[in-house]
Amino acid sequence: MNLSFHRKAVNAVMLCLTGVCTAVAVGLLFFILGYLFVQGGFSLNLDFFTKLPAPVGEMGGGMANALIGSAKVLLLATCIGVPIGFLAGIYLAEYAGGAYASIIRFVTDLLNGVPSIIIGIFVYTMVIANGGGFSTYAGGLALSIMMIPIALRSTEEFLRSVPGSLREGAMALGATKSRTIASVVVPAAIRGLISGMMLNLARVAGETAPLLFTAYGNQFWSPGWKQPTATLPAMVYAYAVSPYPDWHRQAWAAGFVLLTMVLLINVTARTIVSSGFSHKQK
Amino acid sequence: MATSATTPQMARPQGRASFLSRAFSADSLARVVAFSAATCILVITALLVYELWSHSAISRAQFGLKFLHTSTWDPVHDDFGALPFIYGTVMTAFLGLLIAVPFGVGAAIFLAELAPPKLSDAMTFLIELLAAVPSVIFGLIGILVLVPLLSKVVPPIRDAFQGHPPVFFSGSFIGVSILSAGVVLSVMVAPYIISVSREVLLAVPRDLREAALALGATRWETTWQVVVPFARRGIMGSVFLALARALGETMAVTMVVGNTPRISASILAPGDSMASVIASQFSEAIGNLYPSALIELGLVLFGITIILNGAARLLIIATGGNAAK
Repeated sequence: MNLSFHRKAVNAVMLCLTGVCTAVAVGLLFFILGYLFVQGGFSLNLDFFTKLPAPVGEMGGGMANALIGSAKVLLLATCIGVPIGFLAGIYLAEYAGGAYASIIRFVTDLLNGVPSIIIGIFVYTMVIANGGGFSTYAGGLALSIMMIPIALRSTEEFLRSVPGSLREGAMALGATKSRTIASVVVPAAIRGLISGMMLNLARVAGETAPLLFTAYGNQFWSPGWKQPTATLPAMVYAYAVSPYPDWHRQAWAAGFVLLTMVLLINVTARTIVSSGFSHKQK
Repeated sequence: MATSATTPQMARPQGRASFLSRAFSADSLARVVAFSAATCILVITALLVYELWSHSAISRAQFGLKFLHTSTWDPVHDDFGALPFIYGTVMTAFLGLLIAVPFGVGAAIFLAELAPPKLSDAMTFLIELLAAVPSVIFGLIGILVLVPLLSKVVPPIRDAFQGHPPVFFSGSFIGVSILSAGVVLSVMVAPYIISVSREVLLAVPRDLREAALALGATRWETTWQVVVPFARRGIMGSVFLALARALGETMAVTMVVGNTPRISASILAPGDSMASVIASQFSEAIGNLYPSALIELGLVLFGITIILNGAARLLIIATGGNAAK
């Protein structure tokens, strides 16, 4: 009887504790969101979106150049990283087999696990140390290297979830392999592919470390692709570690905008997958 | 071929052979394009290793193995030893895991074993969103919220030891410290542990649970003595993944760790990690030896994360195979 009571007590206490762990984890998300929402929301104003950063010592100013800079860097990264990852994913899912595919899969996981700061060093030694200079395109290149492995894995995964009977049907109608892939397999997986690319974008949009010595930073507009540029995550970093309260206020505003963007893309992507793709994913 | 490409109408009467040959060439072209994209990844990774290796050559030649076990970091006199950063990296990651593993595994057990499926899915969705929060945001909250908070909370705890605090919890505390970095890291890696461990626990066969319950075990005993041991390798794998991420984490650590290249026994002292010293010093590193030493640090970090990632994947695959049987 005594033992049984002890066992029941342990059972109840431990099960409650696991619930508490979950509540804490979820609570932290709401704390972060809430805190940023309050701090960032109050700090945000129209100037943030339209003005250049104010010089040290002056109040006000905005981060319009960083918003544009981030958009350019991400655009470039997507244009380079997504096609390479997508095509390589097609190769793995539709063409390859055997040792070569395993090697590529292994190396992709390896590249995916490389700390982002090392990608930054890599692009620095490749581009900037060779006379390229800090620039928008170097930043885009660094982020594109981060996008390739993720794009590859998500493409492969979603193409593999397309039933083989669709491929056989297309082949039986006389379509070539490339025609089958382009007209049947990819359209069948299109929702998953798009959401995969969105998640990919959301992940690199917040990356700061690879941009520190590639895109560098800039107090002014950065016309074209060959000049250093401010980016939103790098601004959050620079402003948060500064000693000025007004800069902290702007760091909150920038962090709020960044997090809102990242989470919006994330939630949209996940909704796309779960709304139309569930019958294939499950 | 040439005529059929320029004037498509002419190609029709030629019939089957021409169609096939055209199809063949377009098809093999598609294959070649996809193949080169895949090969691109091998080239990029090989280049990355080569660049890290060749650009750290000066430092490797100068210091050799001494680089890994001396603790002077003196850019002025060009004397570089990586030990403070290796120590800081290991300590912050260890502290992060010390907090995150019990919480993460606890939450994973709740989500996999106890929560109703709908609640579990909703909670997992939220926890995966937590994983999507950029690391610079964690750094922002770390430096502007957590550090001021800790500098209020920690000194009273330390003083409660009445002058004899344990050596790892002693000394002056200014907020930025190994401890702060560990706390921030624990929040960042917990989502990984939770979502991977949950998957692994869900893959444990139902029969095992039913058998244990039928033998009269309580819910907790079933979970702790049957389900968790069965999934332990997968859970270990999730911990390794989390560790690899904690070691490579840059921004959040840089912002709260204090950027001081010193080895202190106390976790209340400021320190520095490999990734964060690269982030904070690389753009001002001048000369030949200084950048080269930082790149060698990158090489060391690269090696460690590669080994950990490989081990994590092997463990998760091993459990997956186990559970499938």
